[in-house]
Amino acid sequence: MTQPTIQTLNAEALSGRLQQLAQGAGIQQWDLGASCSTDTSVQVDRGEAKQMKGAQRSAITLRVWNGDGLVGITSTSDLSDSGLARALSGARDASAFGNAEETPAFSPLATAPLAPLDQPLHQPQPILSLLDTLKQAERQLLDRHIAIGTVPYNGLAQRSSERLYLNSEGACRHQTLTTASLYLYARAEEAGRKPRSSGAVRLAYGTAELDIAGCIEEAAERTIAHLDYAPIETGYYTCVFSPEAFLDLIGAFSSLFNARAVLDGVSLSHRDSLGDSVAVPFLSIRDNGLHPGNVGASAFDGEGTPTAALDLVAGGVLKNFLHSEATARAFGVAPTGHAGMGAKVSVGADWFEIGVTPGSGGGQQGLDRLNHAGPVVVIDSLSALHAGVKASQGSFSLPFDGWLVEGGVSRSIEAATVAGDIRTVMKAIVGFEGLAKITPDGLCPYVWVEGLSITGEA
Amino acid sequence: MLRLEGLLASGRAAGADLVEIFLERTDHLGVLAEQDTITSVSPAFGMGAGIRVFLGDRDGFVSTNDLSDRGLMQALEQALGMLGLSHSSSSNTSPFEGLQLMRDFAAAKLDWLDSCPSLAEATLKLLEGTGRLEHHGRHLQARRGSYSRDWQSVLVAASDGTFARDIRLHQSLGLNVLAADGDHRAGLGRRYGTSDRPDDLRQWDADAAAQDVCSSVGTMLYADYVEAGQMPAVLANRFGGVIFHEACGHLLETTQVERGTTPFAEMVGQSIAHEAVTAIDEGLSDGAFGSLSMDDEGMEPQRTVLIENGVLKRFLSDRAGELRTGHSRTGSGRRQGHTFAAASRMRNTFIAAGPHTPEQLIGSVDKGLYCKSMGGGSVGPTGQFNFAVEEGYLIENGQLTKPVKGATLIGEAKEVMPRISMCANDLELAAGFCGSVSGSIFVTVGQPHIKVDSITVGGR
Repeated sequence: MTQPTIQTLNAEALSGRLQQLAQGAGIQQWDLGASCSTDTSVQVDRGEAKQMKGAQRSAITLRVWNGDGLVGITSTSDLSDSGLARALSGARDASAFGNAEETPAFSPLATAPLAPLDQPLHQPQPILSLLDTLKQAERQLLDRHIAIGTVPYNGLAQRSSERLYLNSEGACRHQTLTTASLYLYARAEEAGRKPRSSGAVRLAYGTAELDIAGCIEEAAERTIAHLDYAPIETGYYTCVFSPEAFLDLIGAFSSLFNARAVLDGVSLSHRDSLGDSVAVPFLSIRDNGLHPGNVGASAFDGEGTPTAALDLVAGGVLKNFLHSEATARAFGVAPTGHAGMGAKVSVGADWFEIGVTPGSGGGQQGLDRLNHAGPVVVIDSLSALHAGVKASQGSFSLPFDGWLVEGGVSRSIEAATVAGDIRTVMKAIVGFEGLAKITPDGLCPYVWVEGLSITGEA
Repeated sequence: MLRLEGLLASGRAAGADLVEIFLERTDHLGVLAEQDTITSVSPAFGMGAGIRVFLGDRDGFVSTNDLSDRGLMQALEQALGMLGLSHSSSSNTSPFEGLQLMRDFAAAKLDWLDSCPSLAEATLKLLEGTGRLEHHGRHLQARRGSYSRDWQSVLVAASDGTFARDIRLHQSLGLNVLAADGDHRAGLGRRYGTSDRPDDLRQWDADAAAQDVCSSVGTMLYADYVEAGQMPAVLANRFGGVIFHEACGHLLETTQVERGTTPFAEMVGQSIAHEAVTAIDEGLSDGAFGSLSMDDEGMEPQRTVLIENGVLKRFLSDRAGELRTGHSRTGSGRRQGHTFAAASRMRNTFIAAGPHTPEQLIGSVDKGLYCKSMGGGSVGPTGQFNFAVEEGYLIENGQLTKPVKGATLIGEAKEVMPRISMCANDLELAAGFCGSVSGSIFVTVGQPHIKVDSITVGGR
């Protein structure tokens, strides 16, 4: 069968074409982010192919600085000469409305050395081979328990991609990457009872590297563990967040660490918040996109600044903010490698490492939900973060899947939400259970938090 | 046209039952105003094709930005290959008979893009909006206005002869504020949107919109957290319809029937809701965000009665849904753009008006929650839903009393639909975006005021 042609970006040619077009348009300063990717993916339904997809995508985002130093931007998927010329013209038109009060500049680190990343490149597998692999995985998951009737959400995907950052002062960043992902989300139902579902996901640099058996095992275990469920009484509980759930929660409130949000007045932090105690004295939160567990890490951000590790909270104290070039300039620090690209540049976290601050004692020791005196609620996964989190207010109210553990016995909770305030949560952490686990969003152990409000559907 | 016919003939000759080509050009403008400054202007344009090949009830889909002959042929061959088809293995004896005369919904819309407000006009209007926020608001820490204009030109050609093109135009405006006074904080936003009205931004009443947002945030700033529990709730009209959309509407799409994830799959003709409930999905309302001249498979939209007096009548279906579930197409095949295969999706979805006044609904509740404005929410794969209440009030002895924050409505569609016991006579629609299998699309949600006899309210 026809294999997709892997698209590639020619940095030198693209830079040359842009330089020529910019000169013709009288534009002296510009920069560009470009990407292209070739994707294939499959989904199955009870042994049959459900959908097979392929995609070739390319896109550029172009910024120009006009004669008054104001910035305009345009994005396009048309990389032809006429497409680039139109993008340049659109960006120049937009620059007339650039914000004179805060104009982005090139990152001073756009030509600094990049940290090496160990990202092996893999050849894509034929789509029919992906299909066979996913069919087998589905079959094995269905065979794990008689109650598992379908795997309604599943997918095996692979991607080959390239990213570029170029600017008119000669910066040239280039990254090539291959990735693969597998997700399996099973639905189980027993007679007279409500359907239950859960799943697992795995990432790797190629399909051959995917931990398929581990994904099946985790999806099956999680789904089966929810079959025996009961309602939970509304009240206040000690909660144990899974690594995935706690990382999701911190990620949803990452505006706490975001200099852009601070400057915009929509963060709970302020310009002078650095040095404040924001959490229990043994908590560390570090952003580290370079961690080897971060599959598909970016070597540089949207402005060409190298990705780097950054302590956000250490010993419970707020240490640093995430920065773009513009916010770093406003704070008088160096960019941290967390920028997007835009007329107004967004800032975002990469990959969190959460755990004990060295030398701090680490809070209560020996925490074990199965040997705990009182009841604890294990929050395995949170849902609806986009709706239930008020990041600028600190509050959250989120549905979750989890278990009530009492007297060493664990029983799935039928349906419930957990509500609280992130500032309270970070100061109500009791300690950690188990070793830190690598997840797609970061590294984190189980986290014990006291006194959270749980609403059951009883 | 010859190029398209060549591709379609080639796909059919290779053995495909059906080949569909979706071509797209887009032109987007986004503008952001913060406080009294334009902080971002972000134009974007694009083009691409999505090619879908069916064989039996299976399909392969490939999208590409490369619209050259070679690029399109490569995409077609890749899609054919997904189904084990190639030109050398052809077994199709039924040839492609050519495209029908093009149904041209775009002809009357060619000047729409040029008729939209200029960038200068858009920025001035947005700044008027954030200025009016400052005028009407108190303790405002952040004021934002956003404008988005999405123009899309599409052409659909399929080997069953389908040949149609259209131009779509969607404009939306949002106002958001964050208010803070000591330890009290409240954030709130409103979005307004229409389709197919180039003049829409010019008609927008910035002052009324700002007044509405500021009034609500001023009330919510000092609200207490709601106490969790099971209670009756009255949901206001307009965006209150998001719950029906998310909790029930998605379960009436054939994509859910295919996945086996809707509890209603075998319930056509049976009661699934209180007899007070009639629910409709249509693509016809003039200027509504979810209206269409044709869907993304070239079919004209319909008015589809989903539930009538509590009885399930129909599912929303697209080409693949009809093929795999037997539910006939309803003009609901929709996609965000060329990178997605179309799927059965909602358009303008609403609960129909009932006989009561909103006051009668509120007056019938001794102790409960009034949800004036809903935030977002989600529905799990087994039908359980939860929605944040953006602006809520307690109902005590049939009267609205104090404002409350932090409320979440929790439940399952199958259990809640029979508990919608009263519908008021004030149906209104509200613009929104819906993200699902075929990407993010423009929709409206809507309802009159409705009363739910009992629902779980999450809080603190």
